[in-house]
Amino acid sequence: MAKVTQSKSSIRTVIEWFGTTLGQIIVAIVVPVITGYVMVKGFIFLRDGEAPKYVIALVAIIWGVGGVALIYYITNWLIEKLPPKWMARLQPFLFVGPAVAILSWYLAIPTFRTLVTSLYDRTGEVFVGLDNYIAVFSERIMTVAFRNNLLWIVFGATLSVLFGLLVAVLADRSRFEKFAKSLIFMPMAISFVGAGVIWNFIYEVKDAASPQIGLLNAIWVGLGGQPQAWTAMNQPWNNLFLIIIVIWLQTGYAMVIFSAAIKGIPGELLEAARVDGATEVQVFFRIMIPYIMGTIITVATTVVIFTLKIFDVVWVMTGGQFATHVIATQFYRQAFTNQNKGMASAIAIILVILVIPVMIYNLRQFADEEAF
Amino acid sequence: MKSAKSQQRTRDFIVNGSLLLLVFIWTIPTLGLLISSFRTRFDIQTSGWWKVLPHREWVQVEELDIPEGADPDGIMTIEGVTGTFDEFREGITAPDGQQIVWSGNKRLATIRISDEKWVFFPELTLENYGQVLAGKTYEIKTSSGEVRTVEGDNFVGAFLNSITVSVPATIIPILIAAFAAYGFAWMKFPGRKMFFVLVVALLVIPLQIALVPILKDYVRLDLNGTFLAIWLAHTGFGLPLATYLLFNYIKGLPRDILESAFIDGASHFTIFIRLIIPLSVPALASFAIFQFLWVWNDYLIALVFIGAKPDVQVLTMRIADMVGSRGADWHLLTAGAFVSMLLPLLVFFSLQRFFIRGMLAGSVKG
Repeated sequence: MAKVTQSKSSIRTVIEWFGTTLGQIIVAIVVPVITGYVMVKGFIFLRDGEAPKYVIALVAIIWGVGGVALIYYITNWLIEKLPPKWMARLQPFLFVGPAVAILSWYLAIPTFRTLVTSLYDRTGEVFVGLDNYIAVFSERIMTVAFRNNLLWIVFGATLSVLFGLLVAVLADRSRFEKFAKSLIFMPMAISFVGAGVIWNFIYEVKDAASPQIGLLNAIWVGLGGQPQAWTAMNQPWNNLFLIIIVIWLQTGYAMVIFSAAIKGIPGELLEAARVDGATEVQVFFRIMIPYIMGTIITVATTVVIFTLKIFDVVWVMTGGQFATHVIATQFYRQAFTNQNKGMASAIAIILVILVIPVMIYNLRQFADEEAF
Repeated sequence: MKSAKSQQRTRDFIVNGSLLLLVFIWTIPTLGLLISSFRTRFDIQTSGWWKVLPHREWVQVEELDIPEGADPDGIMTIEGVTGTFDEFREGITAPDGQQIVWSGNKRLATIRISDEKWVFFPELTLENYGQVLAGKTYEIKTSSGEVRTVEGDNFVGAFLNSITVSVPATIIPILIAAFAAYGFAWMKFPGRKMFFVLVVALLVIPLQIALVPILKDYVRLDLNGTFLAIWLAHTGFGLPLATYLLFNYIKGLPRDILESAFIDGASHFTIFIRLIIPLSVPALASFAIFQFLWVWNDYLIALVFIGAKPDVQVLTMRIADMVGSRGADWHLLTAGAFVSMLLPLLVFFSLQRFFIRGMLAGSVKG
């Protein structure tokens, strides 16, 4: 009898012992360690595993998404075990900490690391001061890239905004608004690489004797012209044929935003103007445009920033041949083809400098908001 | 003077007409790709894709030898039509609608007589998709009946890779951003404002800035070419916008909900999981669609962080490779490109409303 009681009480002691702080600490260490072990095993399986593709896909998705959720859950579980004072102090960092850490690792710190790299030569060992920047602005192939980016902004961004505005205004009064907007918007779902294939096919050129299978050359020859290699001839205007692709993709974006803005114009305002005898053209230029000016500036800024970073289209269509390089393709070429990290970093820094005015504007706007 | 009604009608006509024209121009490129992907290799190479539409074409009905006594250096009469050699070479249309063409040189030639007929029902095939999707090898039956084995382009593999990259690279940043947005909106802690300024400042930073240093880190950590590496990269580059959008939304939720939950003794974590996440579904869905399309269509990040590892390649990389290596094989390129667009287009057309809402929210501040 005594023995049984003893063993019972010893079980109770163990349970009680687990209830104590020490037990909690041990559990608090063991659970994360097991989780960490499983995560690492999962990673190694995914990296080196030989399972069929769809199994890997499934495991990867569960491991990745589940892993992140689990990390949040367990860390919170640990934090909630702490005394209330410490819990209140630490919990906010569980919420914002991961985001801030990743942002710092992936964007904030790299900006400074790239700035430093840009002052060194291609090996990253010899300090060369501003030589990379001087090279960027004096090499012919780079000045061509800057000129092309200018073309992209002047034609690409402007025409995307204009077409977007045009479609938004037309659709607002048409009988098939939804249908039209949907189809103009559709290219937004297509990748630049896919768009590259689509347009390469339109620009395809065959010699004059055989039938043209590219739409543009078929029309051109039908009108009596000679077949043209559109993206190679007539430099620098061949860039326009690449720019058309991005206009095709971006107009939908501009249109959607403008469409919403136009619907926000009070009906009475337009009605009053029409009653006073304003023509439709006057209503458009004197009332609509000033009313949505803020939106136009926002859309234009977004499109310009986007155009500044354009890469995929050029890389897939011409690879930068025929004087079509832009800043971002030059960056890629320097960084990964030429292995000149110093020069590439200088180009990246120049891209950042170009967007700094927008960043300052955003920060000002944010500072003006009382709410935060 | 025109009546108001007819003026209105003209305006309607101009508005609807020009809009239709724009829609037509915008749709033609994609339509051409889709149609071409079903045409045979031979058809694609020899005629434009618009030839699948019913159209009139010269179809040869008769072939004759050169009539005796015809003098190629002078004026000839063939089948009741007169003309010079050059005119016959170009083809002369007889009054009865038949076309007569001198095919060959002056000595050795045949006379082809064709009728203009309507051509319908072109030959369409799924063979291109078969070859593009297949893994190692694919068998093609040629028109003469023999079977040829060709190398498939393994788009099924690339498709699975794209899914493996895109799903976590959509959910992980949203999860992290939602936690952060809640923290910024409803918690008090030192450095709150400073950290949020960081988020706003990073909204417009071009990702090119990070490629070289992050690649260096990945090589050091032996992460390069793994799924984790590319998820994290997409998370890092997508986070500023995600946090900013979700912050604006979560901040706008009624404050009393939070306060009454607090009085009931719920912790921040419980409130976040039980209340905020369900309430934020519209905002989360909008951004999810945005991020998914962006990740699925991405080429640069995949190119840098996956590199040349063929078994991890995503769809955009496969297609870009194909453009480089077999740029004239339009039957395969068109099919491949369409496979890559299938999922985004499906997502786009079924969830367009959410997508537009997300875009509008994102553009409020630029």
